[in-house]
Amino acid sequence: MITFTNNSDSEEEPCNERTSLMSAESPPVPSYQDGLPASEAGEAQAHRKRRTGSSRSPNNIADGDMSDSGVPVRESALENEEEELTLKYGAKHVIMLFVPVTLCMIVVVATIKSVRFYTEKNGQLIYTPFSEDTPSVGQRLLNSVLNTIIMISVIVVMTVFLVLLYKYRCYKFIHGWLILSSLMLLFLFTYIYLGEVLKTYNVAMDYPTLFLVIWNFGAVGMICIHWKGPLQLQQAYLIMISALMALVFIKYLPEWSAWVILGAISIYDLMAVLCPKGPLRMLVETAQERNEPIFPALIYSSAMMWTVGMAKPDAAARGPSRQMWDAAEDGRENHRSPSHTDSQMSETRSPVPTRPITSFEELEEEERGVKLGLGDFIFYSVLVGKAAATASGDWNTTLACFVAILIGLCLTLLLLAVFKKALPALPISITFGLVFYFSTDNLVRPFMDTLASHQLYI
Amino acid sequence: PALGLFLFTIARDPLRIIILIAGAFFWLVSLLLSSLIWFIAVKASDPKDEPLQKGLLIFGVMFSVLLQEAFRFLYYKLLRKAIEGLVALSEDGCSPISIQQMAYVAGVGFGLMSGAFSMINLLADALGPGTVGIHGDSQLYFLTSAFMTMVLIFLHTFWGILFFHGCEHRRWWEITAVVVMHLAVSGSTFCNPLYVGSLVPSYLLMAAAAAWAYLLSGGSAQNLRRFLLCKS
Repeated sequence: MITFTNNSDSEEEPCNERTSLMSAESPPVPSYQDGLPASEAGEAQAHRKRRTGSSRSPNNIADGDMSDSGVPVRESALENEEEELTLKYGAKHVIMLFVPVTLCMIVVVATIKSVRFYTEKNGQLIYTPFSEDTPSVGQRLLNSVLNTIIMISVIVVMTVFLVLLYKYRCYKFIHGWLILSSLMLLFLFTYIYLGEVLKTYNVAMDYPTLFLVIWNFGAVGMICIHWKGPLQLQQAYLIMISALMALVFIKYLPEWSAWVILGAISIYDLMAVLCPKGPLRMLVETAQERNEPIFPALIYSSAMMWTVGMAKPDAAARGPSRQMWDAAEDGRENHRSPSHTDSQMSETRSPVPTRPITSFEELEEEERGVKLGLGDFIFYSVLVGKAAATASGDWNTTLACFVAILIGLCLTLLLLAVFKKALPALPISITFGLVFYFSTDNLVRPFMDTLASHQLYI
Repeated sequence: PALGLFLFTIARDPLRIIILIAGAFFWLVSLLLSSLIWFIAVKASDPKDEPLQKGLLIFGVMFSVLLQEAFRFLYYKLLRKAIEGLVALSEDGCSPISIQQMAYVAGVGFGLMSGAFSMINLLADALGPGTVGIHGDSQLYFLTSAFMTMVLIFLHTFWGILFFHGCEHRRWWEITAVVVMHLAVSGSTFCNPLYVGSLVPSYLLMAAAAAWAYLLSGGSAQNLRRFLLCKS
């Protein structure tokens, strides 16, 4: 889900007019919720991303705050300015989301291309029990569909479970679960990954060094994600975790199942976020009602967050946003819950992984920004990684899928600007990605190969 | 060089990056459609017939060129709407990005994508073992491919500027000139193992297009001289 930060429920009214104003904007630029000039200063870091996100329009809230705290006169002028700033910063936010997604994909593709381990078929997860080594096409198709059904139902069950836990305030349990998952992810998967990379490049490393490296990596990661830490480090960790998860998926999901699962996940995402009874939507709304932060480890937000008492007196940013701070907090919390769900879902997907949640739960100021769930990262990377691994057209297909996903993300952010509520980030991008993958692999590749062999240029 | 262009001029402004990616996307879609047509044509024809295949290939190339230009036009329309939206929303009545900048970025987007698609498999293969031209093909395969790709990327950039300028001022002859140039460049690659036939005209055309685009963008010989001599 993509959500905007800085949403607080209490400030719905100003948003409405803003929403209507927002509708007319240029296509590729999502409205930047945060119209404050101060946000520029804080803009830089992307925070956690939310998974299949609901995008809320924090802008409205934030803008509302801004209007109150800002210059009281020239209401309309202020709004216009905010609109424009919104657009400009909307573009900035898109880029702030582009960069981490791109980085994650690059890491995944690089690993897939170089480390042989992740493309070997060494077995399957228990979530996909049906094998795809069957002789007939129909059987294979059936198996992959069955795999998908099992996987999706596991995800649904876990999501509903998470939402129930959240509803009944079993926070300790959720926290413990997430911490366990993140522990597992950070230590075990990193160990495996590092081992494979070292094997590929034939670099020897003795066990004590390895232990030291992994311990440091894992410990810093845990602190960064669940507690406080520099923003960029936290983002880097989230990206790495997403990449690791995506690699695990690419390795352990059989081919056809992977594609069908990708399609099914985006449909599920669409339903879960938009239907009134969808678990993700309920999660967001519950979090909003309670004005609590959603668990940070599940989302990646592009806004700045810093604790109030920190020695980072970004006065410019804090000044105007001070009023919005509470709103932001609320918004932030609201945003987190969906990603939380997502993380639960992602946890359920693999046997262990929990999305560590960066917990910025105590006083934090958040600038406006867009949040994207970590699950979105993961599935984008799975798509591109699979394209890199299995396509015979190699880089062309990968590149095509990459561009398709980025465009999908752009469009989703645009819709976010238009609708100003939580939106699922997966469907559009995954659809584009799938369409482009299959078409590029089957149609473009022969064409380009023939062209290249005759050295013709179009 | 194209990457340098990207880094220096586009990476700063997020709006431009978005336009770039969208441009690349449009090129990709045009490629997709043209390869679909070619694929259908090939499947419907006899795979053993060599000249027919070659003819089909040529047809595919021409068709693809036309489609690319059509998509460039579509992209132009989209960007016009976008500019109107941006202007309407901006406070002081002028948009944060001008149509010329957009033209430039769109051209780079097209060029980058086409260059990437042309080169990247070659590059990947070049990393592996092997000898170039072992079967009697030219030994300069990689070099010429690199140069051709570069000239094509630049050409796309210039064509973007020219095309948008033509659309803006409703000068149809400019647009047709761009299309004709594109066809000419692609056509020149048909005589390809004879590299003189393809590289030289392409570079000449590129120089012409560069000068034209420069003049259109408001440059002049005077500006150029001042720039080169680092005068203020």
